Amino acid sequence: MRFSRRSYRVWQRNRDVFRQVLWTELPGAFAEPLLVLLAMGIGLGSFVGTVNGGRYIEFIAPGIIASYAMFSPTFECTWASYVRMTHQKTFDAIIATPLNVDDVVAGEIFWGATRAVITAVVILVVVSAFGLIHSLWALLIPVLAVLEGLMFASIAMFYTSLVTSIYTFNYYFTLVVTPMFFFGEVFFPLSSFPETVQRLSWVIPLTWVTKLTRALANGEWYSGLWVALVMMVGVTAVFFWLALRGMRRRLIK
Amino acid sequence: MSVIRVRGLVKRFNGLAAVDGVDLDVEERECFGLLGPNGAGKTSLIRVITAVSPATAGSAWVDGKDVAARPRETKALIGVVPQLDNLDPDLSVIQNLVTFARYFDIGRKEALARAEENLGLVQLLEKRNARVDTLSGGMKRRLLIARALMNQPKVLVLDEPTVGLDPQAKHLVWQKLRSLKEAGVTQLLCTQNMDEAAHLCDRIAIMHRGRVIAGGTPAALVAEHGGRRVIEARPRTEGREALAAELRGRGLEFQEVEDTFYIFQTDDTGLEEGFLGQMERFSYHSPTLEDVFLRLTGRSLGE
Repeated sequence: MRFSRRSYRVWQRNRDVFRQVLWTELPGAFAEPLLVLLAMGIGLGSFVGTVNGGRYIEFIAPGIIASYAMFSPTFECTWASYVRMTHQKTFDAIIATPLNVDDVVAGEIFWGATRAVITAVVILVVVSAFGLIHSLWALLIPVLAVLEGLMFASIAMFYTSLVTSIYTFNYYFTLVVTPMFFFGEVFFPLSSFPETVQRLSWVIPLTWVTKLTRALANGEWYSGLWVALVMMVGVTAVFFWLALRGMRRRLIK
Repeated sequence: MSVIRVRGLVKRFNGLAAVDGVDLDVEERECFGLLGPNGAGKTSLIRVITAVSPATAGSAWVDGKDVAARPRETKALIGVVPQLDNLDPDLSVIQNLVTFARYFDIGRKEALARAEENLGLVQLLEKRNARVDTLSGGMKRRLLIARALMNQPKVLVLDEPTVGLDPQAKHLVWQKLRSLKEAGVTQLLCTQNMDEAAHLCDRIAIMHRGRVIAGGTPAALVAEHGGRRVIEARPRTEGREALAAELRGRGLEFQEVEDTFYIFQTDDTGLEEGFLGQMERFSYHSPTLEDVFLRLTGRSLGE
């Protein structure tokens, strides 16, 4: 079986639920990235001086966009999807209708990607208002966030297809998400590190996104970024497929 | 033509057969009961029929469509009332119905009209904007029925629709199911409650260890397998052996469940009142489906 246009129905369901909690959830969701931006950008920034010739806060702003657009689909397709699948039995209810497991999982991933775009757009608007964005190419950041959202939603959903308990997600965050947040070039460039470390950073998916987001924010493109883009597409394709396969194995008995 | 047709159906989990070669025909507009204890294979069987679980062998057709080959079309024809509540707790009562209808590509206007109608049918109109987690168990079960009707199904498949409900809520659900039957909705009902089967079903298949061991109308099943009368006798502990020997001597069929003997009288051969008087307790009753099941399997339905 393959997913179909019917996955849109699952996306609609999640959108409807999100709309209801929008005004209670949204302020909380955006307080944190802004807090991090101001605390690190202004607080730590006053000690750092300039990075790559710009203010520190200008360096981290695209990184904050990229990293929080990673957190949104990750939360959505780990805890939230898991609760819908196991505790609420929502997936069971839906697969009794003309939708199949692939439709449900794909719909969840598409919704996760949508959350990434919403997060990216809101933070982008705020940091633009602070005057931290210098290029019209930044208008492509939401488009990049679609791909980023699909990538992190797929990786998260693959992990979710394997977990045996909700507590297992702690490992995903401490061993996968948090290291990416710290070593994905969000807060410091890896150019001061040894060559080997710099090469290693290329295996971290968030690094690709921060490099690309930063390039769009500053309007400075270089050829290495094509590699980042191709890696994102490749990893997304592989993990999307793995997530669907994993969930099929888990749910079809 | 049968609305549901099942032939040679086998469903194995890791080599263990939950369904072990079942044939079944459910006719249009009838209520067909699958009666059996937990683990008899009822749920596994209906999961295959409703196209959410692949069969290991054999086939099932719903309205002439091969379930395995055309799962989406099959599921569009069926309404499922699951055993466990899987209502969407993030949505209100009415949203549950409208969102569910959308999975069937039913437009919003039509969905709202059907939702109102179905909520009226199950007497939940005044709860239309309530959150699902504020509903009682009986209300949730009725809402599940209303939800299963959103796609105007040809067949309603119900898995233990009244398990865990108090008697009043149970009777209300039964009444709704009877009125649906009158309205022409074919029903396949899984239950381990013989009262429920006797109340609602036109025909019954008794399942045991993955197989259908007897089938027919409730009355025919009782007439064929229930015998004339059942003697329920509870001997004193020291009298068990003597009672068993006596029954074997007279060629009377019986089953022991815990401390009670169920003795199936098929003709005039019985036990004298004097002998029964030595029991701690004894009584007679007319055979029921429960006795049929007990006689055929040696186990009571509740197990």
